[in-house]
Amino acid sequence: MAVKVPLAPPAALTMSPQPISSDLEVRIRKRFPHPEGSFHLNVHFRALAGFTILFGASGAGKTTLLDCVAGLANPDDGRIAIGGEDLYDAEKKLNVVAWKRNIGYVHQDLALFPHLTAEENVAYGLRKLSAAERKIRSREMLEAFRIEHLRDRRPAQISGGERQRVALARALVSEPRALLLDEPLSALDRPTKSSLVGDLRKWNQNHRVPILFVTHNGEEVFALGDEVIILDAGKIVAQGLPHDVMRAPRLETVANLAGFENIFDASVVALHEARGTMTCHLRKGTVELETPLVRAEVGSLLRVGIQAGDLLLATEEPHGLSARNILPGTIRRLVQRDVIIAAIVECGGADFEVHLTLAARDSLQLRPGQAVWVVVKTHSCHLMGV
Amino acid sequence: MNWEAFWLTVRLAAIVATLLVVIGIPIAYWLTYSRWRWKFLAEAAVALPIVLPPTVLGFYVLVALGSRSPLGRWWESLTGHTLAFTFEGLVIGSLLYSLPFAVQPFAASFGAVDRTLLQASASLGHSPRQTFRRIVLPLSKAGLITGFALSFAHTLGEFGVVLMVGGDIPGVTRTLSIDIYDQVQAANYSSANQTALLLLVVSFFILSIVFGLNRYGLHRPAWTLSPWR
Repeated sequence: MAVKVPLAPPAALTMSPQPISSDLEVRIRKRFPHPEGSFHLNVHFRALAGFTILFGASGAGKTTLLDCVAGLANPDDGRIAIGGEDLYDAEKKLNVVAWKRNIGYVHQDLALFPHLTAEENVAYGLRKLSAAERKIRSREMLEAFRIEHLRDRRPAQISGGERQRVALARALVSEPRALLLDEPLSALDRPTKSSLVGDLRKWNQNHRVPILFVTHNGEEVFALGDEVIILDAGKIVAQGLPHDVMRAPRLETVANLAGFENIFDASVVALHEARGTMTCHLRKGTVELETPLVRAEVGSLLRVGIQAGDLLLATEEPHGLSARNILPGTIRRLVQRDVIIAAIVECGGADFEVHLTLAARDSLQLRPGQAVWVVVKTHSCHLMGV
Repeated sequence: MNWEAFWLTVRLAAIVATLLVVIGIPIAYWLTYSRWRWKFLAEAAVALPIVLPPTVLGFYVLVALGSRSPLGRWWESLTGHTLAFTFEGLVIGSLLYSLPFAVQPFAASFGAVDRTLLQASASLGHSPRQTFRRIVLPLSKAGLITGFALSFAHTLGEFGVVLMVGGDIPGVTRTLSIDIYDQVQAANYSSANQTALLLLVVSFFILSIVFGLNRYGLHRPAWTLSPWR
């Protein structure tokens, strides 16, 4: 698939207080192993100072990409440069070794040194400084990440969230030219996540380095994203601001990745140009949905994606709502996922997944077999080509 | 009890085990990290003393140390005497004989260090050599102690190589196991029994330290013993 990669808007450049460009430019090809045979990583992008999210399912090549940037894996071809300085260039046969790149890397499993204390872990990257300076700098960093009280503890003696903080402090203390984060927040609960992200943002306000942030969690994309790059099977399939890329997907891979729990095949039944909507009939069952109008003909096939969190559930037939689609149905199952209840509701032969809070389930006293109404706003229906 | 032979044996074992830490660490490092395609040949060569009859190893060491070999001639020109039938010759033979008992535990513990720790160290600006010193060695402490103890115990009890290379010179090359052989030859069974019992007890003691350490290391991180820095 040919991928046209739009460079990020130049406006972001002028916002940077640093006169010297610190952009990370990556244009590489590399074969990498994948459970379903070997894939080719083939990407070209430029990451400006700030967060760039690398989003994709596992096996999409995200970690391989980070390893290439860090110098832990060798690309087959291409060029990697930071601030205009080459780190890797296949044509010039140039390949700067990992320990001379000065790129911070936080691994998925953090890789804290188990025999060193938190403070020693943080000071580890300050090899070239005197012992006194090392101490001052690592204490500052421990303080900035609010873990100074843990400085004499070993990784085995502190909690998961604290370990993430130590790993981040360790990667940042040597003032890297870029920061690579491989799903660093995946194991954290939400409050811990957001406070850690806040500290990371604060740090980056003063340093302005490109941060490549790998995740397969759609929520994190919206929480962090300046720019998001969507990887699928080694290729960039979409790139842009999270809202543009994630909310209005044009490609089904994106829809699947972006957490559209409900994806239906449908055909266009009627166009209502005056209202800016159209009616689509779901292929399975009898349901008709009013969706935003797109350029399509009556009878044409398309896909409708709806996020489970955008759906409402009512125990009595609602009246006086602005939503155009009110579908009667029956609860088939209620599944608890973390702090979310996923209700599977059958409406006219089609299964809808609706996400609720625990409190909503309890106050509505929902149970399987119950008759309910699913409310679908027109603009929650995202249309994709088949 | 032949105390002269006892102290000679302990001295030999201590020197050999110490030298094997110095020699064994670079060899184990190479065996762990080299990507040379013929590495398995080197691995087989290092393991050879485990399966080879000590007399075969001793025979070749004797030939190599004798005045007909280049090594023997070089040593002779340097010191005026051959290495064969000397304590130094015994040390060289024992080094080869106990090499796998040091190198294999070393290499196993180096290889057990999580690769992502090495990658993290590289990303933090440390060369492979610095990483080895500050991450791999401290985390391999149990393996290093095991290798030292095993090569010490193995050298204590050697017989064939010593007899071939060192002969049976009291105070120079007569070790405990040779002493036992001599006493049995002289039908001096009670003295032989004393010495044999001593070797048995010491060997058991050393091995129980090794196994105890490994068990301890499995249940708790070995670095809780005391940081190696």
